[in-house]
Amino acid sequence: MQTGLLYNAVQTSGHLGRGTVAMSSPCNAACFPRVRRVAIFGGTHGNEMSGITLVNMWMKNGAEVQRNGVLTKPFITNPGAVEKCTRYIDTDLNRAFTPENLSTPSGDGLPYEVQRAKEINQLFGPKGSPDAYDVIFDLHNTTSNMGSTLILESSTDHFNLQMVHYIKKATAPESCAVLLNEHPQLRYATTRSVSKHPVGLEVGPQPQGVLRSNIFESMRMIVKHALDFIELFNSGVEFPTCTVEAFRVHERVDYPRDTNGNITAMVHPRLQDCDWEPLNPGDPMFQTFDGWSIPYAGDGPVYPAFINEAAYYEKQQAFVATRRETLAAAAIRLASE
Amino acid sequence: MLIQGVLGWQPVSELPRRSMGLITLPVIRRMAVCGGTHGNELTGVYLVPELERQRREKGDTLWPVPVTTVLSNPRAVKECKRYVNKDLNRCFTSAILSSPVTDTTPYEVQRAQELNSMLGPKGTADATDIICDLHNTTANMGLTVISYSHTNWVIMHIYKYLQARLTDPRTWLLDSTCINCFSSVEKITKVPVRLILLNIPICDAYSLESVAKHGISLEVGPQPHGVVRADIFNVMKEGVNVVLDWIQHFNSGKVIEGAEVDVFMFEKSVDYPRDTETQNPLAVIHPQLQDQDFCLLQRGDPLFLTFSGETVGYDEEEPLHPFFINEAAYYEKGIAFHLARKKTLVIPNIQAKND
Repeated sequence: MQTGLLYNAVQTSGHLGRGTVAMSSPCNAACFPRVRRVAIFGGTHGNEMSGITLVNMWMKNGAEVQRNGVLTKPFITNPGAVEKCTRYIDTDLNRAFTPENLSTPSGDGLPYEVQRAKEINQLFGPKGSPDAYDVIFDLHNTTSNMGSTLILESSTDHFNLQMVHYIKKATAPESCAVLLNEHPQLRYATTRSVSKHPVGLEVGPQPQGVLRSNIFESMRMIVKHALDFIELFNSGVEFPTCTVEAFRVHERVDYPRDTNGNITAMVHPRLQDCDWEPLNPGDPMFQTFDGWSIPYAGDGPVYPAFINEAAYYEKQQAFVATRRETLAAAAIRLASE
Repeated sequence: MLIQGVLGWQPVSELPRRSMGLITLPVIRRMAVCGGTHGNELTGVYLVPELERQRREKGDTLWPVPVTTVLSNPRAVKECKRYVNKDLNRCFTSAILSSPVTDTTPYEVQRAQELNSMLGPKGTADATDIICDLHNTTANMGLTVISYSHTNWVIMHIYKYLQARLTDPRTWLLDSTCINCFSSVEKITKVPVRLILLNIPICDAYSLESVAKHGISLEVGPQPHGVVRADIFNVMKEGVNVVLDWIQHFNSGKVIEGAEVDVFMFEKSVDYPRDTETQNPLAVIHPQLQDQDFCLLQRGDPLFLTFSGETVGYDEEEPLHPFFINEAAYYEKGIAFHLARKKTLVIPNIQAKND
């Protein structure tokens, strides 16, 4: 990437992270202020056990997640749902951080999660303001065979792009996919979006309500690498320009349903567990209960993710079709203070 | 040598080890297939309407006997939860079935009494002959048949037949209901089939299938709750077809040969190590035990990994077999896994007789 073009891209994107002031720099790197406050969220969905267990563990003894000069706050976002080991009480907390919800007046009639969203916005936001936490990691599990996945909401948050690049290198040869949801209709207002640099950590497959040791350890390791990156960044290390292979959300694919809204087919055995593998037109996609195959008829290939996620039956999604993309990450370094 | 089959527990040592003579038993006249006893165990929730659709399409002659299809817990199914007030599959003891219904009676107790009227009454001559109750587990248990009596020869023979049919992948291709399912052989995987026997007299038996004269649970996993996997669905569908095949075979009057079969007798449950104050688990199932249902645990084998990295090992003298390892629904019941003793039992030749 040419210096002039890079500088231009950094300036005009206006998106080094919400509320971050872009510092101009005579060198190639985009500068970011020191990372001072990091939150680690668990229990945004009360039955996704890895994050709940890790956060409870770190709340009791936070040594593992401490880094010099950084306040790291582990936090259970939806204690009501965690108590009942259910995804949510009234409404999905991870869809609740809309401008409407965050500005609605508090009151008795508010759904539990909307009230909770307002509280979290006060504690870790306000969303979009300079006072918001620098980074939030939100820990999730999925019943899908997605392995370790990092979820981003912006293709121009260069701090986040460099962080996921670092994490991917650190976890290799174990793979770590990057899912980018910047789709104007399909993106959603996540709990972590109150921060300047939101990152979703999604590890599967794990059934809801179950804690699996291997999944737990994978998530623990990703958080460790992420915090290592932040520590290195804060110490002044410059991260050179690089590329990140990502999967960009393209469209949601629902199950075939009857007129009553009941599903009439299941994810096909050949597609089941094949997250991140190419799905080509004509490939088997669904299997009806009486054994017939329904092929994928898009103008593919697409790369499916969240294949057969339990929580998405009610959201009309059998899987999300993504497209592969190479994202360019600008060089970054600590802004001089 | 004729021995009347009894419902109830008899010490294994009283059974002769050689093949027994022929036992005649009444023909099977009625069967029920139940799904959604736990509302988030989705295979049964979708297989029951599929069976109903098959019956509408092909008529009553489709099956060898009339089959009643039941969605056991419709309210829990609607909410995609295990239960609404109380676990339905713990409500079928004789005591609960005969308890008076008041304003505060949990929904599932009332439903259990309705199901007992519909399919029972439990312990009487009017009870349906066979109940197949369909369940899923998050544990890696393949297809597990669960029942109460090791001297119920109908159940023992159904198990033997299921094991023979489902562990041979070639038989899948011959079954016309599955011919559309698989476009090539490599996606057919053998399913291990095992039998678990619970040491409880029938009046204290708490689960739905105990209402029938010959009740079995078909438990298939691993499958997350709230998910329907096609491979698991196809196993369960084939399992139900195989049970119906067996009934046809048995009712035809042919002698069904006995054999030796391996079974797992429930011994006890093991909970997670817990914090004495908060009761929160202090450990997770050890990665070397996770997914190893029905393996043999020897002294010293790893059971749990604490959050501080220590291994808790199996410290009993007798090697036993774990199952229901890391079942989601059992966290609240204080169960990390169950342990069973493996036994070889002899089952006799049987033959149907019309009465």
